[in-house]
Amino acid sequence: MTHWIVAPIILPALLAPLIVLAARYHIGIQRVFSVAGVVALIGLAAGLAWQVSDGSVIYYRLGDWAAPFGIVIVGDRLSTLMILLTSVLALFVLLYAIGSGWDDRGRHFHALFQFQLMGILGAFLTGDLFNLFVFFEVLLIASYGLMIHAGGDARLRAGIQYVLFNLIGSTLFLFALGAIYAETGTLNMADLAERVRLIAPEETVGIRVAAVLLLLVFAIKAALVPLHFWLPSSYAEAPAPVAALFAIMTKVGAYALIRVYTMIFPPDLEVTAGLHDVWLLPAALVSLAIGMVGVLAARKLDRLVAFSVIGSMGMVMVAISLFSPTGIAAALYYIVHSTFAGAVLFMVSDLVRTGRGNVDLTTQAPMIGAVVTAGMFFAGAIAMAGLPPLSGFLGKLLVLDAAFDSDLMVWVWAIVLSSSLISILGFARAGSIVFWKAHSVEQPEEPVPDTDRPATMSYVAVGGLFTLLTLHTVFAGQVHGYTTTIAAQLFAPDAYISTVLDTPGKLSKPQEGH
Amino acid sequence: MELLVASAIGVMTAGGIYLVLRLRTFPVILGISLLTYAVNVFLFSSGRLTIGAPPVLSDDVTRYTDPLPQALVLTAIVISFGMTAVAVMIGLGAFLGSDDDHIDDQPEPRETEGQP
Repeated sequence: MTHWIVAPIILPALLAPLIVLAARYHIGIQRVFSVAGVVALIGLAAGLAWQVSDGSVIYYRLGDWAAPFGIVIVGDRLSTLMILLTSVLALFVLLYAIGSGWDDRGRHFHALFQFQLMGILGAFLTGDLFNLFVFFEVLLIASYGLMIHAGGDARLRAGIQYVLFNLIGSTLFLFALGAIYAETGTLNMADLAERVRLIAPEETVGIRVAAVLLLLVFAIKAALVPLHFWLPSSYAEAPAPVAALFAIMTKVGAYALIRVYTMIFPPDLEVTAGLHDVWLLPAALVSLAIGMVGVLAARKLDRLVAFSVIGSMGMVMVAISLFSPTGIAAALYYIVHSTFAGAVLFMVSDLVRTGRGNVDLTTQAPMIGAVVTAGMFFAGAIAMAGLPPLSGFLGKLLVLDAAFDSDLMVWVWAIVLSSSLISILGFARAGSIVFWKAHSVEQPEEPVPDTDRPATMSYVAVGGLFTLLTLHTVFAGQVHGYTTTIAAQLFAPDAYISTVLDTPGKLSKPQEGH
Repeated sequence: MELLVASAIGVMTAGGIYLVLRLRTFPVILGISLLTYAVNVFLFSSGRLTIGAPPVLSDDVTRYTDPLPQALVLTAIVISFGMTAVAVMIGLGAFLGSDDDHIDDQPEPRETEGQP
């Protein structure tokens, strides 16, 4: 048993109160603590990812209670990839927040940021469904604070929608957990995987209801149509670095879906047959289409980016809902890509806001720093729309390739390709209105007040994410090879289950000698 | 007793869903509170209903009630309590700021003319 696997949860959990208690009035010290914590997280996550890259499963028993009774923290290839992705994204988001001064516009940004990281990393690492619920709540309650950071009426109004929608989601989650516990008597994922298989075919009513409820909960998190209504206003109104961090939050839903529906309710399970291809795949295709149409229809740049996030989640869910090893591998490649691409676009949208004071899609005089911002928007749009040469194109190609054997192959190809075209049109329209036509407008006599050239560190953060996207493209072969091994591990969960369940710990009595 | 508990959960859930579908903050928050009560009772009953038995596992106890749902309910109560408080505060802030407690997006004023 290694203790390192619990460190990514403990570190932000300790750092956040430290920031609140010790560095409450010193934004400089908060920044130092926060950045140092995230850098340490990247180190931890990279170490853990390297440790499990040979296919082993590492775990930690909280309180040394053995698996079905105590809570276990489990790291395999998938969860360590996700925590590495989260911590790398968090570093650049933090740099952007510091560079743009967003963290100084309200109180406790860094403490909430660390709690948010704790919730996200915990959700990726836990091996227990109720613990997953608790970490969802941790990440949600921190995200409520971050979402309304810096205040403002529009932000509070969007915030209340976001909070209430997610509260309903949490209630559904609890109903699902209650139903699962009533049917199986356990909430440990590995134990559930074994027990669900043993349920007699005529007694599956309860567990089927639970499986559908869980699917709804994760679909709310992943903003799958028709459960996506919370996303556009909340992501558009949230502060830019928060929206960029939220790019990973929809992926928490995708991760939970992959985990639960490959291990507990695998596609070949009789009980939940039809859930994946009959319900999930069409919903994913509709999300993809609606997201990309939203890109074309948006009247503000931040809404445009929010809809592109819905579209890219639709693409991820299309790949996931194929539930084949190639599909999951393609989905994971695309998840990494769309996290970075979404974060980049939210930051660029904020650079536009900094440069000219608003993000309306109207032609206005050229903004300050327009050349660099326009270039970044262009590159980000290429990545998100999935044009060559960036990784969105490769991801889309992998998804199309994975869908080749599907029954709905014609639909998948038609909707993926046509929605790509629509999103290209949408991005081209937005880019030409905001950046290109700006020179046709007379420069006003005096410069617009409250606008300033964005700080260098903001550009560094966006540039860093672009570097990652480029690396994700250049090393696409290696990354896709690794995601293929992740998918292979997911579809052979016996090693995970036996590691978690068969390792002895203390059960109901303390060990001798303690 | 099963009928009583089941119908209580059902009625509370139905009332909660009705209130959640209203358009103003206050009824929606009430509805969410009702839903969390319903889910708490539901979680409590997920370990089967047993009367007059201790929630402990021990070698000499033969009849006991499942202790785990009680722990789950306790967690759920604490979380939903905190979440409701947060929702009330944000709702209050939004109401005081914009003098309007509608929960849905108001239609944006359309630009009159000139812009493509």
